[in-house]
Amino acid sequence: MTNPLLSIQDLSIVLPSSGDRAYAVERLSLDIAENEIVCLVGESGSGKSMTAHAILGLLPPRVTIDARSRVVLEGTDLTKLDDAAMRKLRGERISMVFQEPMSALNPLQRIGAQVAEALQLHNTAGLSATAIEERCIAIIDAVGLPSPRQIVRSYPFQLSGGQRQRVMIAMALLNNPRLLLADEPTTALDVTTQRQILDLIQTLQAERKMGVLFITHDFGVVADIADRVVVMRHGRVVEQGTRDAVLRHPQHEYTQALIAAVPGRHARSTALSGKTAEPLLKIEQLRKTFVSKSGLFSPPRTVVAADGIDLSIQEGETVSVVGESGSGKSTLGRMVMRLIEPDSGTITFAGQPVLGQDAAALRAYRKQVQIIFQDPFASLNPRQKVGDAIARGPMIYGASRADALKAAAALLERVGLGASAVNRFPHEFSGGQRQRISIARALALKPRLLIADEAVSALDVSIQSQVLALLAELKAELGLTMMFITHDLRVAAEISNSVVVMQKGRIVERGAPGQLFANPQHAYTRTLLGAMPGLDFFEHKLAA
Amino acid sequence: MKAIVQSFLRHPSGMLGLVILLAVIALALTAPIFFPGDPWDTVAAPFTPPQTDGMLLGSDSLGRDIASGIAHGTRVSLMIGVISTFVALVIGVVVGALSGYVGGRVGEWLMRFTELFQTIPAFMLCILLVAILEPSIRTVVIAIALVSWPQVARLTRGEFLALKEREFVQAARCQGESPLSLIVRYILPNALSPIIVAGSLAVASAILIESALSFMGLGDPNLMSWGFMIGSARTMLRQAWWMSFFPGLAILLTVLAINLVGEGLNDVLNPRISRQ
Repeated sequence: MTNPLLSIQDLSIVLPSSGDRAYAVERLSLDIAENEIVCLVGESGSGKSMTAHAILGLLPPRVTIDARSRVVLEGTDLTKLDDAAMRKLRGERISMVFQEPMSALNPLQRIGAQVAEALQLHNTAGLSATAIEERCIAIIDAVGLPSPRQIVRSYPFQLSGGQRQRVMIAMALLNNPRLLLADEPTTALDVTTQRQILDLIQTLQAERKMGVLFITHDFGVVADIADRVVVMRHGRVVEQGTRDAVLRHPQHEYTQALIAAVPGRHARSTALSGKTAEPLLKIEQLRKTFVSKSGLFSPPRTVVAADGIDLSIQEGETVSVVGESGSGKSTLGRMVMRLIEPDSGTITFAGQPVLGQDAAALRAYRKQVQIIFQDPFASLNPRQKVGDAIARGPMIYGASRADALKAAAALLERVGLGASAVNRFPHEFSGGQRQRISIARALALKPRLLIADEAVSALDVSIQSQVLALLAELKAELGLTMMFITHDLRVAAEISNSVVVMQKGRIVERGAPGQLFANPQHAYTRTLLGAMPGLDFFEHKLAA
Repeated sequence: MKAIVQSFLRHPSGMLGLVILLAVIALALTAPIFFPGDPWDTVAAPFTPPQTDGMLLGSDSLGRDIASGIAHGTRVSLMIGVISTFVALVIGVVVGALSGYVGGRVGEWLMRFTELFQTIPAFMLCILLVAILEPSIRTVVIAIALVSWPQVARLTRGEFLALKEREFVQAARCQGESPLSLIVRYILPNALSPIIVAGSLAVASAILIESALSFMGLGDPNLMSWGFMIGSARTMLRQAWWMSFFPGLAILLTVLAINLVGEGLNDVLNPRISRQ
């Protein structure tokens, strides 16, 4: 720590006057030494991404760095450099890996050409074309991609999300940077892929003795890879220190609250007692295959989303459906809602068959089963007042507008928003508040079964724990039955009586959370559990 | 809504267009006051140049007042532009909404039917329709509407295809909303911005088509219109430039104004641009 690789002193980022606060980042100071991973942790809007962009000189228009700020990389103050000097620096001494591997690559260019570009731009050694290609293949090999010679000739769409993120890392490392900035590089990935990428970054960092600034919102990830931790809130550093100091003995109350909010602490180990004979929801041999025509002469592509699913949910039970993307868990929820029609199989709700109902029966059914979607920004009509969104449901089933609006106000009060929200539009609310509105909308019809499709996945951890607590309260109050679809094992452990693990359209294991986590039977469940970030550190939270 | 109006008021070219457009509308409304006579009446010697004998913009080959012709022509142009666009929007939105919402085979066939209209050169079809149906203001409106609806239909279909998969529409379906209610309450209001923009630009192109039809002598023979004035002046372009210049200027300004307003609306209604 005597001579830091990067030293940020008093960094203030000034927002344009129309913004909701004057500074995106205020008087931030941190050092990154060689061969060190520093995790910058914070919730959305804390200014962590802005910090990374400021280091690279890539701030959005009209956002400026305060004159007193210093960003010193190996003796050079980056805030004093002109554009040309910054361009030379980027991708050579500092490089960056972004969150979205899907949109960070040019879809129309082969991988090889895109990787080579980073080398050509900084080609001071005058490498020949074949030498450049050899270096590209070598780096793609180094990030653990299979058959690199084939990869360089592929287009981005032919690679999976994890493979693309490896390509992004390869591009970032091509010029042997001294400093790597990684902005939530694993957030868009599945938990098993995330584990591989985290391992890769750690290995490469140790090999090359790089400094890494790793931006994340996930304390599990922090526990796994950080050497030191910097916690940010509203643009300010609230706490920094070594990993063990911050995680085990957090000083600031905000850090304490964040760590406490990591779900999975209140795992229920018991399954529901006193089983009734007839389950509320019974799914048998459900099958669904998606077929998409790719062209006139090429064979259609098929994706199996449900491959003979059997699942029953008792009245009053909360069942979590856990799986990675593409496992078919969301399709399952939508088939129960009859938003997607299954190919074959049966769904029985309270003794009545659900599939093949006529329009009137379907309406009666939907009154009893409601769904909450993942994206709080997409699941509310932007041109409909919140009160109307909630009141529409009861009005369709015959309630008068006045009664329905009165009930909507009471519900909004119940989910913690206040009755005045009735006359406001969705864009006036934050993500967590919108998710409360979605919950109120679903509950307005007094359903018996509530399907939550990744209902808390898009929320910050502190908001997530509040919404989870609200759902648990409402469930107890109203005697709801819940089907909770999630990719997050910790969330599943926290909320459910029973956990179902799905893989490629099949249910591979079912059990009470405590039992499932303590003693997983299926290999896939073990892989999922092993890939969970921060497992060692947070293990005591999951232990039943 | 208030925010949209405010940001439009701050849009320079959109406001310029709006000011010109309002002037054009004012001219149309006040035509009977400032030019009370019939624009077809002879009021001066033929070929009177502008600013002589009390003729503001001169007179034409039969001694008719050009200024009066332009003022009364404004009413014809705006009326045809607005009514034909309205008809085109109604047809286009209904076809596009059905095709996008119902999808499947019905949607495909509706689009094939739309393409049928798009493959025929629009102006040729217009000439043909007006020639067969006899020129009158009604047939001109019908002809223009029939060639303008396919773009609206395609646009509406695209919006509907994207919006019906959105989660708030799915949530409304789960609430038990009927298909009609889904379309009218949830999808259409969110698809409206691009349709409004397309509609405003369609008014401009309808005015151009009407002028071109009148130029060819296929306009309503009882109504003075800009295209007719230019058409009748074309042989005397060198002797009496004002006869075609001023109606041409009227067309240019009106179409430009409507296009500017359309562009302005596009910027204002597109959240990605207006939020910056």
